[in-house]
Amino acid sequence: MNLQSDDFELFGVPRRFAQERATLDARWKDLQREAHPDRFAAQGAAAQRVAMQWSVRINEAYQRLKDPLKRAAYLCELHGAPIRAEDNTAMPAAFLMQQMQWREALEEAASMAELDALDDETQAARGAAIARCGELIDARQDYAGAAREVRALMFIARFAQDIDSRREQLGQ
Amino acid sequence: MALLQISEPGQSPDPHQRRIAIGIDLGTTHSLVAAVRNGVAECLPDAQGRVLLPSVVRYLAGGARHIGHEAAAAQTLDPSNTVASVKRFMGRGLADIAGHEALPYDFVSSQDAGGMLRLSTAAGMKSPVEVSAEILATLRFRAEDSFDSDIYGAVITVPAYFDDAQRQATKDAARLAGLNLLRLINEPTAAAIAYGLDNAAEGVYAVYDLGGGTFDISVLRLTKGVFEVIATGGDSALGGDDYDALLADWVLQQLGLQARTPEDKAAVRLAARACKEALTATETAAFSADVAGQRVHFGVKRSDFAAVTAPLTQRSLAAVRRALRDAQIGRDDVQGVVLVGGSTRMPQVREAVAGFFGCEPLTNLNPDEVVAIGAAIQANQLAGNDAAGDLLLLDVIPLSLGLETMGGLVERIVNRNETIPTAKAQDFTTYKDGQTALALHVVQGERDLVQDCRSLARFELRGIPPMAAGAARIRVTFTVDADGLLSVSAREQTSGVEARIDVKPSYGLSDEQIARMLQDGFATAQQDMQARALVEARVDADRLLVATQSALDADGDMLAPDERDAIDALMQALRTALEAGRDAAAIEAATSTLAKGTEAFAARRMNRGIREALAGKNVSSL
Repeated sequence: MNLQSDDFELFGVPRRFAQERATLDARWKDLQREAHPDRFAAQGAAAQRVAMQWSVRINEAYQRLKDPLKRAAYLCELHGAPIRAEDNTAMPAAFLMQQMQWREALEEAASMAELDALDDETQAARGAAIARCGELIDARQDYAGAAREVRALMFIARFAQDIDSRREQLGQ
Repeated sequence: MALLQISEPGQSPDPHQRRIAIGIDLGTTHSLVAAVRNGVAECLPDAQGRVLLPSVVRYLAGGARHIGHEAAAAQTLDPSNTVASVKRFMGRGLADIAGHEALPYDFVSSQDAGGMLRLSTAAGMKSPVEVSAEILATLRFRAEDSFDSDIYGAVITVPAYFDDAQRQATKDAARLAGLNLLRLINEPTAAAIAYGLDNAAEGVYAVYDLGGGTFDISVLRLTKGVFEVIATGGDSALGGDDYDALLADWVLQQLGLQARTPEDKAAVRLAARACKEALTATETAAFSADVAGQRVHFGVKRSDFAAVTAPLTQRSLAAVRRALRDAQIGRDDVQGVVLVGGSTRMPQVREAVAGFFGCEPLTNLNPDEVVAIGAAIQANQLAGNDAAGDLLLLDVIPLSLGLETMGGLVERIVNRNETIPTAKAQDFTTYKDGQTALALHVVQGERDLVQDCRSLARFELRGIPPMAAGAARIRVTFTVDADGLLSVSAREQTSGVEARIDVKPSYGLSDEQIARMLQDGFATAQQDMQARALVEARVDADRLLVATQSALDADGDMLAPDERDAIDALMQALRTALEAGRDAAAIEAATSTLAKGTEAFAARRMNRGIREALAGKNVSSL
């Protein structure tokens, strides 16, 4: 193992979409226990720098592994199907229609209850897309198909952020 | 008969095995120092048995100064030379200080001091960094006297919500005070360490920390010695001082009076604080002060005080909501709320927090001391005194970091509440044909427009090979270390041109300024600086020789014979310098040559050690 090992190798977990969050959390803490710069505070600048590199790398891997969207994107990339969200914005018509409906509903939402309802709907869509991602990656090895789901998930994530800022505006 | 201690072959005992490491709570109103003694962390008292040091420095003509109680007593006598609550000015420009007109100081907004405000005093121009360093140095001397020994290093606490400029200013103050800074840690995290270890707590806890000038809320998950901060938030300009100010304004308004002179302003401030403190125990208290030559005496009801300051309490709860949302945690998931900071003694604050979380806050540790105690525990472990200690802090960055892009927009690169240390890279490109330089402006904050965020630094990447617009690939890497401090590097990917800065300029001090302040004899004036320098040089040299020898014993096999010879020669040179004995500069030079000469070896050892440890983990747990 070295700094170039992939996230799954570093964390000692199978290279697949399905992961136990509790296992990732525990492994992250175990790894930081070994590598965190605080463990080497009394050992000079060079030791600090190396520990810092490892610690940063472990945090990076953890960020990616624990988030289903990032994990899926990472698996797609590892298997030669990069997401390229910036120059690949073509989405199915039905998905775009739904996005527009959501956006309208968000603009019109005037109460927390309406926001909550919209939030629930978004979360349900997100759950479904994550399940499809898992199926496409783990069962069918269809990485190009999974990459499409990841792009849809990115739209949903951005929309969820917009709901949050709206919530803040409404003063909750 | 005393037993002789015999070390294992090849492992000579460290002459500085028990290192004195201290934790310092550098507070807005009070500061404290704590250390682990006989396995127990405790606050260190001064010669009069007092633990709290008022964070007040009075400057006298001729360069003398009073620090602490004596200075605090002079606040109304000599308000413009007696600096209190200096923490609010750290890493700040004059324009950042709301209500600075009401303060009795002679502020100087200076461009040449890197944007940080300064104070004109009887002893000359003072930066907030220098004022803070006076307080730190006082605590350092107190610790040295307590242990009759040099201090190996210190952990200093900062509000979790401090931005990069404020953290850097604190680090600079530590350097001026001659402290080896082991780590900056966040106040609520320090409190959680003290609280969690004391109560063997497990689960999700919130720390509500309302100090004299800052407010922090942190949500932590505690599991088996790991203190994981899930989210943090707050307001670095909200604290007990603001409650005092609102109360004073309200009383003056009721009486139709105004405080115009520095003396009046200071008197009104002290009266408000005394009244506030009295209201903690009683339902009514008197506001008494001399204002504009007349004796003012006004009865204040606790309910009036609560009503007048309700907007402040609400502001803190808004930050609590945001932090819980960031943590993706509901109020019910929080197992306990720890109250920290003297301002949480105010009954209306306790009631508001209890009402919000629906449970009684935990207050079984002294809210004034808990932060310093936690810092001392962490310092002791960082110094390597507690080899079996399994305490691990996983803290987060409180505010997002980004770069200015076209049109004054912020491109966010590191999101708030990400675990540190962290590094993030982002690619940028040129927008004009043949563009050879690129200016980068680093900002910190949550807003989308640059003007609404805090400027940290600007730097330039030069020497980009001329290319068509959009062809260059400039990768900018933000690295946030375990102190929460940022450094930024930028590299053009096709040509490899590199630029690097340590973030400092917008509101910081340059290295030269700090060097000058050090030369001015600052903070160590009472000490014999030369003797001190020699002792420090010898201690550093010893420490490095021991560390190098034990590294060679353990991993000498990693070195080629010529590499080994080179290191042996450097060690011998240092020993010779030590034996010659009286020249601190020569010892320092030999020490730093040895440190440089063993850097590559140390890096190789560390890599091997960590790799083996991590690999071992995987094998054993599969």
